[in-house]
Amino acid sequence: MLNKNLTNSELPNAEALLTILAQKLQPLLQKNTALVGIHSGGVWLMQRLLVLLKDSIATHNIEYGTLDVSFYRDDYAQRGLKAENRPSQIPFNVENKHIILIDDIFYTGRTTRAAMNELFDYGRPASITLVALVNRGGRELPIAPQIVAVEIPLEASQHLQLTQLTDGRLALALTSQINSARPQEHE
Amino acid sequence: MNNPQLDTDGHLRHLLSIEGLPKKILNQILDTAESFAGVAEREVKKVPLLRGKTVCNLFFENSTRTRTTFEIAAKRLSADVISLNVGTSSQSKGETILDTVDNLIAMHADMFVVRHAQSGAAHLIAKHVPPHIHVINAGDGRHSHPTQGLLDVFTIRKYKPDLHNLRIAIVGDVLHSRVARSEIHALTTLGVPEVRVIAPKTLLPAQVEKLGVHVFHDMKSGLKDVDVVMMLRLQNERMNGAMLPSSQEYFKTYGLTQEKLALAKPDAIVMHPGPMNRGVEIDSSVADGKQSVILPQVTYGIAIRMAVMAILAGGQSANPMPAGGGTQ
Repeated sequence: MLNKNLTNSELPNAEALLTILAQKLQPLLQKNTALVGIHSGGVWLMQRLLVLLKDSIATHNIEYGTLDVSFYRDDYAQRGLKAENRPSQIPFNVENKHIILIDDIFYTGRTTRAAMNELFDYGRPASITLVALVNRGGRELPIAPQIVAVEIPLEASQHLQLTQLTDGRLALALTSQINSARPQEHE
Repeated sequence: MNNPQLDTDGHLRHLLSIEGLPKKILNQILDTAESFAGVAEREVKKVPLLRGKTVCNLFFENSTRTRTTFEIAAKRLSADVISLNVGTSSQSKGETILDTVDNLIAMHADMFVVRHAQSGAAHLIAKHVPPHIHVINAGDGRHSHPTQGLLDVFTIRKYKPDLHNLRIAIVGDVLHSRVARSEIHALTTLGVPEVRVIAPKTLLPAQVEKLGVHVFHDMKSGLKDVDVVMMLRLQNERMNGAMLPSSQEYFKTYGLTQEKLALAKPDAIVMHPGPMNRGVEIDSSVADGKQSVILPQVTYGIAIRMAVMAILAGGQSANPMPAGGGTQ
């Protein structure tokens, strides 16, 4: 993947990407599937997907939950706990479920690792499929999303973020991290 | 004033007393505890935050409940825990507190949880330890018991989420109670509009009004329309001289019975930090009754202590000898 410097105006529309993601995700929804969104962007995406895919969700009785991976992050020793963390809520039995893990931006893979570790503390899933809106490249672990709406290779100095607008619509935004010594993930 | 509990960036470094902690930090602890409360309901009741850290429970004074909940909290964070009943060890052979602490630091302890009959013991240790070591006060003399104060506020928030609209009564031996002091500071800092203390004059500290509380000497007027009744233990072991005629007499006047509880709001909750003297400050039918949240207090105490330890131990990039590094 060739990295390049994009500008905000060159970014694709997050709402259009969401539609693509829903189409790609649809065939995976079946009995015994459960959706899990990772805070914050992954949860926003999941909430939208629950609406877009509501027929399949109802047909297969698909359950869902949320994860805040703060307690499993590998940078806790350096950065500590964020002031804001929300309780993870997995209201279903993880045992033998086909889990679809939803994140907004896939970058280093460290969030995914933390999320998988946390999920296994709830039980042993039958499988985990990783879904992300954007793969921005730069993974640091042997982890990759199976389903993405788009690949946008970015320089390490660029920080891509999903934001939720006041009317609930989603948008992508780029910021440059000039002074950042270490790349941050999606937050 | 230089607050030994906070580092130069305003982050929590030690938890010694609620006095002097900004509202922001109290809320951070309470909100983080909210996230930890769910951990106990999982298949694996542990998170890996304090993996490889050693927590030393230094109890110079007995307390089964507090020591046990700190121990469980540290273990649920994956720390290794050593609980020392110091009264029975080197101290009785003449070792000073700081010598005990230095020996444990030489054994690579990362955090101390300190209970001592002497006010200020935890402060003394906090001032002594190197920067990468954290100290939590688990009760010092009559001074402070911050995690108890926090878990009480957490329990109140669970049942009565709108703190800005509450009337809370603290009943009993306020004079000898470090719990009462911590509760009062926490409640007033978090904006509870009316905190009352109900006690005989002999069991109230001088100028207690200066803490921002309303003083009552009888239950009838004091309990009227309150949302929360926080009972205190009659501190028999701390009582020097005769401050009270007898425990029966005390029960008659200040013991919480169903009849007296009926003066509070119908949905009022009843709390007690434990251990309870049934039939002295609280009647069994109230302690075990529908309005009692005494056992949930114990459960929430674990989440609060997990939150405090997790906030203290994280984010030590400035530490010259980081324990743990960036990977697991």
